[in-house]
Amino acid sequence: MAKTLFDKIWGQHVVEQIDGGLDILYIDRHFIHEVTSPQAFAGLKKRNLPLFRKEKTIATADHNVPTLNQHLPIQEAQSRFQVDTLIQNCAEFGLELYGLGHPNQGIVHVIGPELGVTQPGMTIVCGDSHTSTHGAFGTIAFGIGTSQVEQVMASQCVLQKKPKQMRITIDGDLPNGVLSKDLILYIISQLGTGGCTGYFVEYAGSTIRQLSMEARMTICNMSIEMGARGGLIAPDETTFDYVSGRTFAPKGADFEKALSYWKTLYTDSNATFDKSYHFEAADMEPMLTYGTNPGMGLKITRPIPASSVDSNETSFAKALDYMDLKKGESLIGKKINHVFIGSCTNARIEDLRIVANYVRDKQKAAHVEAMVVPGSKNVETQAKAEGLDKILEAAGFQLREPGCSACLGMNEDKIPAGAYCVSTSNRNFEGRQGPGARTILASPLTAAAAAVAGKIVDVRDLI
Amino acid sequence: MEKFQKINSSAVPLPMENTDTDQIIPARFLKATTREGFGENLFADWRLASDGSPNENFVLNSKIYRGSILIAGRNFGCGSSREHAAWALYDYGFRAVVSSFFADIFKGNALNNGLLPITITTAELDQVFLAIEKNPLVQFEIDLETQLFTCLDIDLKIKFEINSYKRHCLLNGLDDTDFLVSQKVKIEAFEKRTNRMEQDCAAMQES
Repeated sequence: MAKTLFDKIWGQHVVEQIDGGLDILYIDRHFIHEVTSPQAFAGLKKRNLPLFRKEKTIATADHNVPTLNQHLPIQEAQSRFQVDTLIQNCAEFGLELYGLGHPNQGIVHVIGPELGVTQPGMTIVCGDSHTSTHGAFGTIAFGIGTSQVEQVMASQCVLQKKPKQMRITIDGDLPNGVLSKDLILYIISQLGTGGCTGYFVEYAGSTIRQLSMEARMTICNMSIEMGARGGLIAPDETTFDYVSGRTFAPKGADFEKALSYWKTLYTDSNATFDKSYHFEAADMEPMLTYGTNPGMGLKITRPIPASSVDSNETSFAKALDYMDLKKGESLIGKKINHVFIGSCTNARIEDLRIVANYVRDKQKAAHVEAMVVPGSKNVETQAKAEGLDKILEAAGFQLREPGCSACLGMNEDKIPAGAYCVSTSNRNFEGRQGPGARTILASPLTAAAAAVAGKIVDVRDLI
Repeated sequence: MEKFQKINSSAVPLPMENTDTDQIIPARFLKATTREGFGENLFADWRLASDGSPNENFVLNSKIYRGSILIAGRNFGCGSSREHAAWALYDYGFRAVVSSFFADIFKGNALNNGLLPITITTAELDQVFLAIEKNPLVQFEIDLETQLFTCLDIDLKIKFEINSYKRHCLLNGLDDTDFLVSQKVKIEAFEKRTNRMEQDCAAMQES
């Protein structure tokens, strides 16, 4: 029987199916962080249970941490307490923590792949919806709630109903100045924030094959913004080359053995999907969001539309009111106040290189605050080794230390009420970056160009 | 977990579509390390103005609507996976959310916390909103045993879907952790026959 890649990986991980069609799904990698783990650890303690498989559990502190002066104690009391709770829990349960001060510290979905912890064919979960990022390696990776975090800690399994499957195929070459971030923002604008609910997505096509691993991670990362359970990309030579040699990747004979398994990870040619979409890369433009959900996005040359794919009139009007934007308005030329380069969507070394390359020998606009937050300590170290910090700082961009930062403003990095922030992150909900903050999602290139111009510009005119 | 059997209550209408979990419980409240007390921060940025005074226009501050059932516009609970959203709704006093469409992760979180998500058609949802508009205290009944959502006043009787295992858990106050831990022998056998332990990065814990 013809199988999809998802069928293959899912089937290989089912311990048993129970009543109601739920599968006991074995989990190969469990990532944890300080926000969604405390109640789970407390639950384990209450039930007097050990951490079942600590060798498959990776812990980091990312959501609450400051991005300046990480060598000092965390200033904000509640954040400090929550991070301390993680430190304590890891110590109690014998789990190594890649916390502040550790060379492997960083945003959870950045450190997994860069350390070779994420490998093709795995099932991966985390109490964080952007766990879908790891799907770029040909894994079944998805976000879970804290109760399920506790379940995985206790049993290394979750109970899941196998979702329906969707294939999104994109063919052709992306135009110059158009990145994978623009591609996924376009797809979300077409399918809507509920367009993939109940589905697991496979991204396929020649455009996908041409993307680097980091560019693929950006795409898979935002699968959740369409409501998908997750999104994956079949592994290929690009994937194998990326994983090879990484800290926790298999080595020598083990690598060869793993490789022969990884080469079986593809969708059979006659496999069918419950739903399919096809897009042409040549149609793409740099994208921006104008509203208060990631589906409210437009091509940069287009004016703000009269409606979006899954907002009714009331919520559409409310969104525009919040953003102080109008139907028919063009975003080009719109003055902006902040630029945030960061988050698990776009804070890897290639993203920093793209920004540095654009801003070299330029200056950010005087009225713009521009923050670059690397995704991990390793990314930060590499950026410095390549001299990117000098280039960024010369252009007026502040290179900070790793963390989730202004993606959701749990730490001090908040965008003020009423300010427009062009952000390489993944969500533009009301108040996401701070109460009253107005988020415009974009690619690192579009964001860099906006920082220099002090307003939204079509970067294709400038490269 | 408390057993869920039947609810008889009026309902609170929230017709806004695409209500994301950042609205249900803003990120700044996720710093808590326990499960309690989230109710007071439910919809904080919609309920309260920036100076902390109640926003009179928001339905939870209204004097006319109340109840343990929330009727919500489509795609309720989209966005972040934060289970804190379900905790906030439950802690506030809701025991069921009715909508035409739920985001996946939120739906799972709700079911794991004794908060029953009920999906009805768009037409049925419109009917319910209309009924509440006519009579803010119109009574609804939710019976999990029979899977019926009824409103006698408007002749509404809907059989709703729910996964049979989750229904069993809710009716009996059982949770998945207990169940999964009880399957330990099967899980270890699975690990053995699929060589799961070989895939370990034992080095991850040694370094």
